[in-house]
Amino acid sequence: MSKRIETKGLRAFFGSFLAVDGIDLTIEPKQVTALIGPSGCGKSTFIRSLNRMHEVVPGARVEGTVLLDGDDIYDPGVDITELRRTVGMVFQRPNPFPTMSIRDNVAAGLRLNGVRRKSELDDAVERSLRMAGLWGEVSNRLDRPGASLSGGQQQRLCIARAIAVAPEVLLMDEPCSALDPVSTLTIEDLIVDLKDEYTIVVVTHNMQQAARVSDVTAFFTIEAAGEPGRLIEVGETSKIFTKPDDARTEAYITGRFG
Amino acid sequence: MTSPAMAARFSGARRRRRVVNAAACGLLSAAVVVALIPLVAVLSYVVGRGTEALSIEFLTHSMKGVGPLDDAGGAYHAILGTLEQVAIAAVLAVPLGLAVAVYIVEYGGGRFAYAVRFLVDVMTGLPSIVAGLFIFAFWVLALDKGFSGLAAGLSLAVLMLPVVVRTSEEMLRLVPHELREAGYALGVPRWRTTISVVLPTASAGITTGVMLAVARVTGETAPLLLTAFGYDAIRRSPFEGPQSGLPLYVFSQAGSAFDVAVRRAWAGALTLIVIVLVLTVTARLLAGRSRLPNS
Amino acid sequence: MTAATGTPIATTVRAPSRRRHGDTVFHGIVVVAAGFVLVLIAAIAVFLIAQAVPAIDKVGWRFFTEETWFPDAEPARFGIAALAFGTVLSSALALAMAVPVALGCALFLTELAPRRLGRYVGYLLDLLAAVPSVVYGLWGVFVLVPALVPVQRGIDGAVGGVVPVFDSRNGVYGRSIFAASVVLAIMVLPIVAALAREVFRQVPRAHREAAFALGATRWEVIKLAVLPYGRSGIVGAIMLGFGRALGETIAVALVLAASFSIDIHIFEPGGNTIAANIATKFGEAGQTGRNALIASGLVLFAITLLVNVIARGIVYRSAVAAEGKP
Repeated sequence: MSKRIETKGLRAFFGSFLAVDGIDLTIEPKQVTALIGPSGCGKSTFIRSLNRMHEVVPGARVEGTVLLDGDDIYDPGVDITELRRTVGMVFQRPNPFPTMSIRDNVAAGLRLNGVRRKSELDDAVERSLRMAGLWGEVSNRLDRPGASLSGGQQQRLCIARAIAVAPEVLLMDEPCSALDPVSTLTIEDLIVDLKDEYTIVVVTHNMQQAARVSDVTAFFTIEAAGEPGRLIEVGETSKIFTKPDDARTEAYITGRFG
Repeated sequence: MTSPAMAARFSGARRRRRVVNAAACGLLSAAVVVALIPLVAVLSYVVGRGTEALSIEFLTHSMKGVGPLDDAGGAYHAILGTLEQVAIAAVLAVPLGLAVAVYIVEYGGGRFAYAVRFLVDVMTGLPSIVAGLFIFAFWVLALDKGFSGLAAGLSLAVLMLPVVVRTSEEMLRLVPHELREAGYALGVPRWRTTISVVLPTASAGITTGVMLAVARVTGETAPLLLTAFGYDAIRRSPFEGPQSGLPLYVFSQAGSAFDVAVRRAWAGALTLIVIVLVLTVTARLLAGRSRLPNS
Repeated sequence: MTAATGTPIATTVRAPSRRRHGDTVFHGIVVVAAGFVLVLIAAIAVFLIAQAVPAIDKVGWRFFTEETWFPDAEPARFGIAALAFGTVLSSALALAMAVPVALGCALFLTELAPRRLGRYVGYLLDLLAAVPSVVYGLWGVFVLVPALVPVQRGIDGAVGGVVPVFDSRNGVYGRSIFAASVVLAIMVLPIVAALAREVFRQVPRAHREAAFALGATRWEVIKLAVLPYGRSGIVGAIMLGFGRALGETIAVALVLAASFSIDIHIFEPGGNTIAANIATKFGEAGQTGRNALIASGLVLFAITLLVNVIARGIVYRSAVAAEGKP
């Protein structure tokens, strides 16, 4: 299962500072959508407003609507914890819980949701680690601390942790920016595999990565420092990278700025 | 596994989780209320009973010749003693503490600096009565100098020193490294850079720390008991003979069986708390104007 | 200085050496200051030991087992058994009451409160720490002790028959170990809260976000990310609070009705602590009496030093671990 995301007139603030403005974007299920753009263009802020992580930062707030299969996630009646279970997230730096074992890291979300039976947890841990392509490497040391793994393995552990709670959407905020090239390729392959099951949104500053993994690419930019980030253009990845409609997209793609 | 089945599976736990969360957050907020009840209770009693008993006479007279049942006398001699004792402590502890902090931050990094820093931290936990006993054993007994305001000042200096070091150290660490490098790049020697660039930049924060340290030792009673010993009349010189101090005065009046003495204790407590809180609040306000980032 | 005899070149050569001279002097001053800290701690131990030995000599090992305190009698009879027991008991009770509230305050400030509210509440907790102990003692003996009498009577009535600790055999309550513990709890609360707040502040945002992104509630974030990360720091904070409670003198001296026996009946008037005993007995003590009080102070110094060294060791280790993981 996977769900469609639709944003309408989305604006995100830090205090009184408008970070992104007027984003209208539809993200299709079972596809990888890449968000690209120069640093500071608001792509991370945008992705964090899709599972209401933006508001975790003190003083931060969002205006406009975000529809998840037609339901507004900013509706006051929405259960944020359930929303965040449905829309999972992977961060820039791998952040496994440092005091937990590999097994407990993956099982953490399930335990929160009231799953107690050991057999059920073990099944879910194995399934999630297999999907994250990590099972073969860690199956014999599930009780070691998550922090004992390499950076790339930690990031796959975080992906396993995110998919263990059976989300519909996976948001990835520059998931490879802290990793070496080999780990990056592993994660990229994984992203392509995972789109059979989930709606995937990837923020990346790496254009080759966007070209390799995504079906659709959205280009964000800012006019000047202090201005809000805006969505300039969105389309099939092949089209964005070969004949974009907007001159600014082309300039960015061809490496003239950013 | 299909996701809707999973969602249904989880929905059972959701209600319980929400209740647990609300209860836990409620308890955490209640903890703050519980913690602030004594603050309100202490301050309101001290202000209430203290203003009843406080008078001009109290602030301008000593206890010389006051009988146990007389509703007379005051804390002038004790206030004077406290001012002198705290001044002595500050004069000794502030320069020394600053020098130690400069050593740790500007010259530290080795094992010795680590040991000093660790021991300073350990010293912040030194019970004040032990500081008093030390000065009693060392100054009053071993050197045979007798009780005096100076001895009290020494014991307060022992207590003040680690506080001054720790707060100054934190402030010095906040001074950006570029400022020091700017000094070196101009050919200014290291010690001059420290004195004319680093210390002035951190001065607001250091002043705050010193004021908080002064506030803390102003309220110390236990060391005075063993070093100043207490005295009913005005003793202007802190160098000869026993002297009183405001906290010590409050302690001895509070321990009396007579109501008139307890009244004086409340008046003394109000005076003491006003001094301490004015110092503390002023220090906090000063900290708000610090020139340093995120202090 | 010697510019008149030097060529311009010589001056430029000499200038750095003069600078180095200034640096050497300055460095020397601050090293001596730092060394003074070590000397001071050593001196505290040395002078306390020197003055304690004559008293301990009079009673030998009984110093550690004797409960009464008659140092100026002939022959002298005194020891720290009852005092040390009362010191540890009252401090432990105080922490049992203060720690949950202090951790609750710290978590409220770092995890729940909007930033501005958190700042104001933080100021108020700092004020709680700034109130002098003699003021707590005065308030404790005249306001808190009477207020606690019905509380103690109620608990005794309910469970005192079954749990001897809560039983008052003579039906009198008041200036008890329990009352002293409540005052101590109030005094260590802001200290533990401030230290714990620093510990929780060091929890990296990434850990909190990992929990939030899994759909954790605020409380679950605390359980999943904040408390495990801060565990050793919290232990350190609690031990520092314990050290503070052990050494607190004046408030306890005012609140307690001193007695010299090992007694677990915390609601009965009586009990004593090392520090409070020094404050109450110092004025009337003779030669041996003063030495005996210094000997008891030496024990207090040793205990608090140990507690503080262990606590700081834990805090240092957790701080280093925190810096190691960005």
